[in-house]
Amino acid sequence: MTVQTAPAAEVTALPPVHRGGRATVLGLTGTAAVLLAMAALPYLVESGVTAQLVKLCYLVALASMWNLLAGYAGMMSMGQQAFIGLGAYLLFIVNDHGVNVYAGTLVVSAVVALLAWPVSYLAFRLRGGYFAVGTWVIAEVVRLIVVRFDSLGAASGRTLSDVTADPVLRRAFTYWLALAVMAAAVLGTYAVLRSRLGLSLQAIRDDDTAAGSLGVNVTRGKRIIYITAAAGCAAAGAVICVNSLGVASPTQIFGVQYSALMVFMVIIGGIGTIEGPVVGAIAYFLLDKYFAQSGVWYLIVVGAAAIVVSLYLPRGLWGTLAHRTGFAVFPVRHTVRL
Amino acid sequence: MTWLNAILQGVLLGGIFAMAAAGLSLVFGVMRIANLAHGDLMILGGYVASVTAAHYGVPVPVTIVVSMVAVGALGYLVQRSMLDRAMGIGELAPMLVTFGISVIIPNVLVQVFSSDAQPLPIGSLGTASIDLGGGLAIGWFPLITVAAAVAVLSSLHLFLYRTQPGRIVRATSDDRAVVRLMGVDNRRVYALTSVIAFATVALAGVLYTMRQGGVTPFEGQLTVLFAFETVIIGGLGSLWGTLAGGVVLGVAQSVGAQISPDLPLLAGHVVFLLVLVFRPQGLFGRSVLA
Amino acid sequence: MSTLLRVDSVDAGYGDFQALFGIDLDVAEGELLALVGANGAGKSTLLKTIAGALKPFRGTIGLAGEDVTAEPDIRRARKGVCLVPEGRRLFPSLTVEENLQVGAATGRKGPWNLAKVYEAMPLVADRRTRKAARLSGGEQQAVAIGRALMGNPRLLLLDEVSLGLAPLVVDQLYTALPGIRAEGATVILVEQDLNRTFAVADRIACVLEGRIVLTGTAAGLTRDQVTAAYFGTGAFPEVKTP
Repeated sequence: MTVQTAPAAEVTALPPVHRGGRATVLGLTGTAAVLLAMAALPYLVESGVTAQLVKLCYLVALASMWNLLAGYAGMMSMGQQAFIGLGAYLLFIVNDHGVNVYAGTLVVSAVVALLAWPVSYLAFRLRGGYFAVGTWVIAEVVRLIVVRFDSLGAASGRTLSDVTADPVLRRAFTYWLALAVMAAAVLGTYAVLRSRLGLSLQAIRDDDTAAGSLGVNVTRGKRIIYITAAAGCAAAGAVICVNSLGVASPTQIFGVQYSALMVFMVIIGGIGTIEGPVVGAIAYFLLDKYFAQSGVWYLIVVGAAAIVVSLYLPRGLWGTLAHRTGFAVFPVRHTVRL
Repeated sequence: MTWLNAILQGVLLGGIFAMAAAGLSLVFGVMRIANLAHGDLMILGGYVASVTAAHYGVPVPVTIVVSMVAVGALGYLVQRSMLDRAMGIGELAPMLVTFGISVIIPNVLVQVFSSDAQPLPIGSLGTASIDLGGGLAIGWFPLITVAAAVAVLSSLHLFLYRTQPGRIVRATSDDRAVVRLMGVDNRRVYALTSVIAFATVALAGVLYTMRQGGVTPFEGQLTVLFAFETVIIGGLGSLWGTLAGGVVLGVAQSVGAQISPDLPLLAGHVVFLLVLVFRPQGLFGRSVLA
Repeated sequence: MSTLLRVDSVDAGYGDFQALFGIDLDVAEGELLALVGANGAGKSTLLKTIAGALKPFRGTIGLAGEDVTAEPDIRRARKGVCLVPEGRRLFPSLTVEENLQVGAATGRKGPWNLAKVYEAMPLVADRRTRKAARLSGGEQQAVAIGRALMGNPRLLLLDEVSLGLAPLVVDQLYTALPGIRAEGATVILVEQDLNRTFAVADRIACVLEGRIVLTGTAAGLTRDQVTAAYFGTGAFPEVKTP
């Protein structure tokens, strides 16, 4: 009896599946180069430039977090300001206990992640638009509770008690902190999406009922993302707090404007892509830098732009470009080469 | 007696919330759109009334009609020009459009009318009340708002359950593709729904403005929360639940204010979250036997 | 007999997927045509294309001599093309009577109204105040047919009437068919059961992989011919009806 060799052709006949490949290497090398160049900036340019870039950094971080929520897990939160505000206010507490603000940012993110876990059970009772408003209400509740503590400055905000005394050093440190938070947010998103969780997430976003029936643990995946995004927003909140040496008013740091901002950046840049929020944040940063002094009109234009882009360019700036050219700095899609 | 009075005032406040929530609930029920601009539309309704009264000398009761017509017409335009298209794109797009509108409305109001409160005086009606004895009094105006809320919700109910257009609206809510096989243009149903919802929320906005004595541009950020909370507390898809939800929220806020002047908002939100934890389908949400 | 429906070299499908290839089909006024074919052959797609719920890639659809290819489902419904969709698709939160009333939204005058539907289908009359969500499969199908009748159809399209129903229930549904035809409606129905098909149809068209491979009068076709066309086995010369 002759043993036939397995028809190897049938096995190898499966077309190879690629994910990024050389593009990944290029993208990551490029990103690393940009981050290194940015890290060197305090030695190269005056502190006014880096001070502005701090804002860009936390905008990118915030946009990435909202994109993770809405673009990958289908959760349109209007209440991320809860975690931004908590990040800032918890930083007061750890700072009061002698932890420096830079290490404190890490501590604060971890604490907020812990807090977000029970909160998610509350928020997940709602879906879609009701989820959006539910998270907003939660943020309001957090604000209303925080302002009841006199030690936190009650309704009038407060300043950080212990920051680096030397202004030049402080600015550099603040900038590096912001840069680190941004890098963590963007690269963290990339890592999450390349993981097994990322695949489940995209299934959830496309059809959570179907994903659930195929054995994807929908709620667990969403919860992980919700908690991650809370931690990211808290870190951004801490950066905002360090950058302005405190919080001007709880109404501001817990303001729904932050959520509005995040929505805007993600929509403009392109929801559901890693690069989109970065592009959106840069677009908003430039708009804000050059047009913010035109006051109210500028906000009207921002609102109108959000409408126009969601109606006529639903993939956003980056998404449209990537769709037409197939280009990605952070490839997460699997491509079958035939 | 002050407590009883607080509860009574809360019930009366609930009428306005219920009216505002009815439109929100309708739009969500028929088009599955969570209208984030709902609170701002309410405030816009107040502005229309205030401005027509102050600048054009229109009698205050007539301003209610003007506001409902103007905001209702805006509803038609918004639905036709933006939301129809957005609904074809996906679930997120309509919400983003309403989000954009919610940014535009208050900023346009600031630009045109400044941040100052726009008054809408209702004269002696604002203070007139029926004395129930023992320090308990019901203001005429709050009473009117509750009557108006009951009237609006009843009319909506009659429309939806007793008329052919109403039945078609409900059928469209159930299955938008199948009504087309019966010759119904689902987009016209959406337009009708939006007009009704926008006009109702304008009415709620005018009454709210009258109650507060005036209106400021950014109040929509609060009222949108109240409207959503009312819908959820009452239970989705139940108009009478909406009335109950409004009353519960109104009483919570009013009793909260009685405890401490800085508590009404927190008390309202906490009641909402409690309902969410212990009765997520809402007080009168559809049970299995709908 | 005049032609009510003329389908002329229609290609149709969903996005990149083509389900129908060069369909030609004529249906005369007052006729009952049965579409026979395996699951996925394209019968439902054909009915949707006729109803206007699906726009064909190519070809034309004529109704009573008028080209209606460009008209959407809404306008065709008002012209009397009424589809009973696959899966019944009742409005679950509405009562049976309300479902029927919405069916009248085509605004067409004709023999059918609530009383007449209840008379033709006593099963529906008994359930008139019940929510559609709480009906059995057979009851739902009866209401779905009644709802389409309320639109006073000229051309009634019935998709998979007996799918998932007990034979006894299907018998009950079919007893209403002569009454419906007597009121002048032309009918196209999709039916899997060949016995029933031969019993009710004037003409039969077999659909195989998106093409009509066999048409003929019920009297002029044999079961073997239809079975062969159903499974795509053997040769089947196109049989044309005069």
